[in-house]
Amino acid sequence: METLWFMIVAVMLVAYVVLDGFDLGAGAIYLGAGKTSDERRKILRAIGPVWDGNEVWLVAAGGTLYFAFPLLYASSFSGFYLPLMMVLWLLMLRGIGIELRAHVENPVWVGFFDWIFCVSSVLLAIFFGTALGNVVRGVPLGTDGYFFEPLWTNFRVGPNTGILDWYTVLTGVIALVALTAHGSLYVAVKTDGELNQRVRRVALGAWPLQLILTIVGLVATCYVQPTVLDNYKHYAVGYLIPLVGFGSLGVMFYAIRKGQDKFAFVGSAFYIVGMLVGAAFALYPVVLPASTDPAHRSLTIYNTAAGRHGLSVGIMWLIPGVILAVGYFVLLFRLFRGKVRLEGEGY
Amino acid sequence: MDSALLVHRIHFAFTITFHYLFPQLTMGMAPLIVILKTLGLRRNDETYHEAARFWAKIFGINFLLGVVTGIPMEFQFGTNWSHFSRFAGGVVGQTLAMEGVFSFFLESAFLGLFLYGEKRLSARAHWWSAMAVFLGSWLSGFFIIVTDAWMQHPVGYARAADGSLQLASFWELLLNPWAWWQYAHNMSGAVITGAIVMASVGAFYLLCGKFEVHGRIFVRVGVIAGLIFSVLQLFPTGDGQGRMIALHQPVTLAAMEALFTSQPGAPLVILGQPNVEERKIDNPLEVPEALSFLTYKAWKANVQGLDAFPPDLWPQNVALLYYSYHIMVGLGTIFIAIMLVAVLLLWRGKLFSAHWMLWILMLALPFPYIANTAGWMTAELGRQPWLVYGLMRTADGYSKMVSAGNGMFTLLGFFGMYTVLGILFLFLVRREIEHGPVADVSSPR
Ligand code: HDD
Ligand code: HEM
Ligand code: HEM
Repeated sequence: METLWFMIVAVMLVAYVVLDGFDLGAGAIYLGAGKTSDERRKILRAIGPVWDGNEVWLVAAGGTLYFAFPLLYASSFSGFYLPLMMVLWLLMLRGIGIELRAHVENPVWVGFFDWIFCVSSVLLAIFFGTALGNVVRGVPLGTDGYFFEPLWTNFRVGPNTGILDWYTVLTGVIALVALTAHGSLYVAVKTDGELNQRVRRVALGAWPLQLILTIVGLVATCYVQPTVLDNYKHYAVGYLIPLVGFGSLGVMFYAIRKGQDKFAFVGSAFYIVGMLVGAAFALYPVVLPASTDPAHRSLTIYNTAAGRHGLSVGIMWLIPGVILAVGYFVLLFRLFRGKVRLEGEGY
Repeated sequence: MDSALLVHRIHFAFTITFHYLFPQLTMGMAPLIVILKTLGLRRNDETYHEAARFWAKIFGINFLLGVVTGIPMEFQFGTNWSHFSRFAGGVVGQTLAMEGVFSFFLESAFLGLFLYGEKRLSARAHWWSAMAVFLGSWLSGFFIIVTDAWMQHPVGYARAADGSLQLASFWELLLNPWAWWQYAHNMSGAVITGAIVMASVGAFYLLCGKFEVHGRIFVRVGVIAGLIFSVLQLFPTGDGQGRMIALHQPVTLAAMEALFTSQPGAPLVILGQPNVEERKIDNPLEVPEALSFLTYKAWKANVQGLDAFPPDLWPQNVALLYYSYHIMVGLGTIFIAIMLVAVLLLWRGKLFSAHWMLWILMLALPFPYIANTAGWMTAELGRQPWLVYGLMRTADGYSKMVSAGNGMFTLLGFFGMYTVLGILFLFLVRREIEHGPVADVSSPR
């Protein structure tokens, strides 16, 4: 039962990163790729109807995490207090950046919200990568299952870690690069003409960086948290997951060169899925490793889960709920399919 | 009081109070927009569609603010109230997760369709998208109220070996009688906000002599809905909530009414200042025996006063609780009076020329917000000193790992952020109202 809920929460988080990832990425390239005001409006139109729904995956994953693993939720949210609050502020700024820009046609107003949207997207991408880095690396959990991490200490990986050290900064950068590529490909799918060409070049330019960083990241992870390999050693099928990741990278490269934007975007989505599922597989059944005394203090799905009855009731409503949600998304993406046009679309 | 506790309480109170300014209009306006669209389809009259589109724009801005201020609420259970989350997450996690899965997806997906899709959808499909947004927002209100009601009156739980609470009965949780009264009362309060905002903007247009066709529609729909829901607010929903409190939280009732001594035939205080030190009401204006009647439907019934309970079970801030409650009920009475007169005038065909009434309607705009906020303050202050009534004290629920200084840092951050958001909101809504429901030929938009 706990394992099932672990998978459910993981799937919801992966769905969040894949979906909101493309609009974060679109935000990160926004100022660079959108040269004219019309191009910027096109980028915003491409994500306009869907970004809020994408973000709901975060809210729903958070709610589900709370529901299934209350102690994990309590411990990690209070322990990562400061960065989470900053994530909240960035999410707010980004939301208003996207939605309010078009309300007033004044270059100062528009320029201001352009910057807010782009900068908050970049920072969020980095923050999410850093968060994942922290979870993989482990945190200084106390015997009561709680901890509190300062923003930084001495940037070294050790017993006194802060949120930021060289490893988590590295994961932050990887996330930024991966989402930049992901977002560029989404914009490529949704647009044509010069903008389409330009974002394709962005994705192509990011590609070698993405490949190198992925390799560096994997090596660094094995160095920082050697236990990640345990599950792979036990269940060799696990090696298929990073294989999917690298395979998708290959597909991306091929498809971008061929100009098949949709195919490339799907490749990028699979790359993200591969990386995240790989991390989840490596951690399982631990959900938050302790950097001190990992054998006794780490939070696992077993010592953080909610009661059995609650969990089995949850399955009953979660399955129809998620099916409905996926249904809305299919409907929404179908209705707004095709390239973005600026003319004649009412707000 | 421990200062970290104080910071966390203010943190939560400030952010939730600000958040709730927006959903109340979302939930209150959504059914009114559906009504406008229905009238438009029925009568085949473009004016109603223009009216609906106008409110949809304001709805969109309002919704955005609701979303960006709502996400911090979800996080704060973990960041600021982690001991509470660990203790009660096995139960409240259930409803909070259901809110995310069932209502936020529905709302956000169909809001996209509703705001961006009018040209792509048929008129009927667009009506359905408005309906879905309405349903989604009312569902999300439902789940959050079930959560709050459980904290007021915990049911359907069992204690686990480690002392935390776990779900024992899903249906008991969802069918909590407290939740249903609270839901009915709260949603009706939201519709009052929607109705008064609509009537107020309509009255403004009529008084300025602009967009008069639309202004009349707004005033008409606003005052009719306003009357219906103001009456529902008092009876049966407000009365039902009161009975729940008398039954399950008698000490809260005593504090809300500032009834210091138990007595048969207790009076209802209309005006007066509670003097907690001397345990009496200063400058009282009372209706004799009315409190006994309202609570127990018997003029001579005995009502327990605060003296029947040890002071460490009293809500900590009796005076503020008393004022919040009296402000809510006072405003509720005034709304009924205003709406009754307005509907009478409408019925006699005189409302649109009765300038004094239009002035009153226009100036009523802030008061439903005040009443709703005061109502929530009554509920939350009345629950003190408990976080989960009878099971966990507020002082045990906050995040012990997050120091007062860190809490203060983010509290100040939210103050700053919300000030900016508030100004932006007012600025944009004012622009939309200025701009009006129909495109002015001279402006480019
Ligand atoms: C427009 C807003 C509004 C108006 C006019 C009223 N209320 Fe109210 N009231 C609310 C908005 C509200 C609320 C914000 O919706 C509350 C807070 C918690 C809740 O569920 O509803 C609430 C709570 C609330 C409670 C419960 C407090 C608690 O849980 O401790 C009672 C007993 C009443 N109301 C009674 C009344 C009565 C007798 C009214 C007379 C007309 C009245 N309310 C008008
Ligand atoms: C929108 C309506 C709401 C408003 C305006 C509101 C207002 C408040 C206020 C003023 C406080 C501070 C009380 C004090 O410090 O003595 C408070 C506390 C709190 N409320 Fe609410 N509340 C609302 C809804 C909710 C809901 C829906 C929940 C739960 C799901 C909730 C849970 C809490 C918690 C956990 C605290 C902190 C503990 C405490 O200080 O009591 N509130 N709220
Ligand atoms: C502690 C309590 C609360 C939490 C955790 C919370 C959480 C949230 C979140 C995460 C959102 C954004 C959803 C999105 O992205 O679409 C939101 C919006 C919303 N919330 Fe709250 N909320 C709380 C209190 C309330 C209360 C008391 C009500 C009403 C009774 C309410 C009704 C709504 C509605 C209708 C929305 C949709 C957006 C809007 O209407 O502006 N919430 N809330």
